[in-house]
Amino acid sequence: MADVYTTAPAKVEPMLQGPTGRKPRKALTRGNIMLYGTLIVVSLYYLLPLYVMIVTSLKGMPEIRVGNIFAPPLEITFDPWVKAWAEACTGLNCDGLSRGFWNSVRITVPSVVVSIAIASVNGYALANWRFKGANTFFTILIFGAFIPYQVMLYPLVILLREIGLYGSLTGLVIVHTIFGMPILTLLFRNYFSSLPEELFKAARVDGAGFWRIYFQIMLPMSLPIFVVAMILQVTGIWNDFLFGTVYTKPDSWPMTVQLNNIVNSTQGVKEYNVNMAATLLTGLVPLVIYFASGKLFVRGVAAGAVKG
Amino acid sequence: MSSERPSRLFRNMSAKIAAIPMALTALVVFLGGTAWTVAYSFTKSKLLPKWDLVGLDQYERLWSTKRWMVSIENLAVYGAGMLVLSFVLGFVLACLMDQKIRFENTFRTIMLYPFALSFIVTGLIWQWILNPDFGIQHIVRSAGWESFTFDPLYTADWAIFGVMLAALWQGSGLVMVLMLAGLRGIDQEIWKAARIDGIPAWKIYVMIIIPMMRPVFITALVLVTSGIIKVYDLVVAQTSGGPGLATEMPAKYVYDYMFRAQNLGQAFAASTMMLLAVMIVVIPWAMMEFGGKRRG
Repeated sequence: MADVYTTAPAKVEPMLQGPTGRKPRKALTRGNIMLYGTLIVVSLYYLLPLYVMIVTSLKGMPEIRVGNIFAPPLEITFDPWVKAWAEACTGLNCDGLSRGFWNSVRITVPSVVVSIAIASVNGYALANWRFKGANTFFTILIFGAFIPYQVMLYPLVILLREIGLYGSLTGLVIVHTIFGMPILTLLFRNYFSSLPEELFKAARVDGAGFWRIYFQIMLPMSLPIFVVAMILQVTGIWNDFLFGTVYTKPDSWPMTVQLNNIVNSTQGVKEYNVNMAATLLTGLVPLVIYFASGKLFVRGVAAGAVKG
Repeated sequence: MSSERPSRLFRNMSAKIAAIPMALTALVVFLGGTAWTVAYSFTKSKLLPKWDLVGLDQYERLWSTKRWMVSIENLAVYGAGMLVLSFVLGFVLACLMDQKIRFENTFRTIMLYPFALSFIVTGLIWQWILNPDFGIQHIVRSAGWESFTFDPLYTADWAIFGVMLAALWQGSGLVMVLMLAGLRGIDQEIWKAARIDGIPAWKIYVMIIIPMMRPVFITALVLVTSGIIKVYDLVVAQTSGGPGLATEMPAKYVYDYMFRAQNLGQAFAASTMMLLAVMIVVIPWAMMEFGGKRRG
């Protein structure tokens, strides 16, 4: 059983193990100063925007008008956060981003569950139960991953309208399931193919059927890949903007769409601190996932990356 | 074998049922949807799709519309810039990260975290930092350099570079991670051999390492390119396509004609052009990748 886990995701593993060999001895050579100096300067490019956002969101508007964006707040205030969460206006609704947050939860949770359930069974069927035509569908599916979404937007509007789901959350869940399918199916197919075939054959000999093997043998062995798929899907769906605008009504807008509406609305005085708090709130879920999942996120990203 | 052999159709029945969603998606949405859009790009559909063929009229109009031409131009500038910069930045950073450094995990975490954020969030962050009244320009001016100007988002000629700055912030970490994986995949013996021969490090990279990393470069190329062609949310959040037409993009053109201007025919023609652009990139790559080494 041990090599089940070691052989599976071989492609990304070297990167995850980090540096090998002896540690550099002399700390302060000229080369080292250059090396770490460059890395630190580059890190500032990546970090400063986040810092600026956090700092801005904790300042009052008067302080923002006179001060500079890099200065830490003189007086820390959480009002912008409260306002962004509970009072910010999109059009006529003034109940803040909380509405978008809960919409995004209602969209993301079922989309992630449904898309992973379907794709994992698909991947399993493709890996272990090859049947005629399966590879044709799979090839089309993979090529579909490269078709610009714009090409399929309107046909899906029509399809959803026909079955009466256009503008509803269910409709959006279906859309996310469809567009998540290529990469997820590939992910699961590759994973299940990497499991030793003897396991599957032994279960067949013992008379287990399609579903029984899936639930009792495949599922318990593939927890890591499910976690990777979940990271991929939660961040992807939470961050989606295009499908959110196209397939939902203002009442059920996901957080990203509502955020864009709040910040880029042309009416009223711009409250930069509230805007920054709202932006941070929207980024919070994927950021938490990113920092909590660590190397698994890298693996998810790499899996998504090799989708071609 | 029993006398009553189940018919071929019903063999693997559960597997076939399980594959129905995939088959439907592949056939109805990906193939059907694409064919439908391409077909209706030859009609003069306005508010609703109508099967009223007008030949290539929509395409003629498309290519004589200023906004489309500007969008294509912007995409070309943005695309070229993104490709060069994200590859250079990604590769150089990966090389630095590969020097057996301390805190590698910390540096990687820092470089990759923007990738977890949406384009909307990215666009709004950089809109704020590049805001001339509060952001970088304001700070440099209040430090004493009164004539300093850095307001890319409000200058038509520079706006696209402001978008690029944000896109690079969001996506270059991914390129770095891919390249680093590629570097780690290279046999350490090669380094030793080259060192013994006394070849300078930069030469090893250019002459040996980069050619060996071809597969990684190609993956990154396909990935970055398809991201470039799809760019939409970032522009919507950061600049709304402005100032003027300075950051309009093809994907935004499609959306605006499809759901705002109610000119479906135009939108379909524009999206077909996008499809064509992607095919030009993907098909040669797929032929190279899968065509050559297909095993029976």
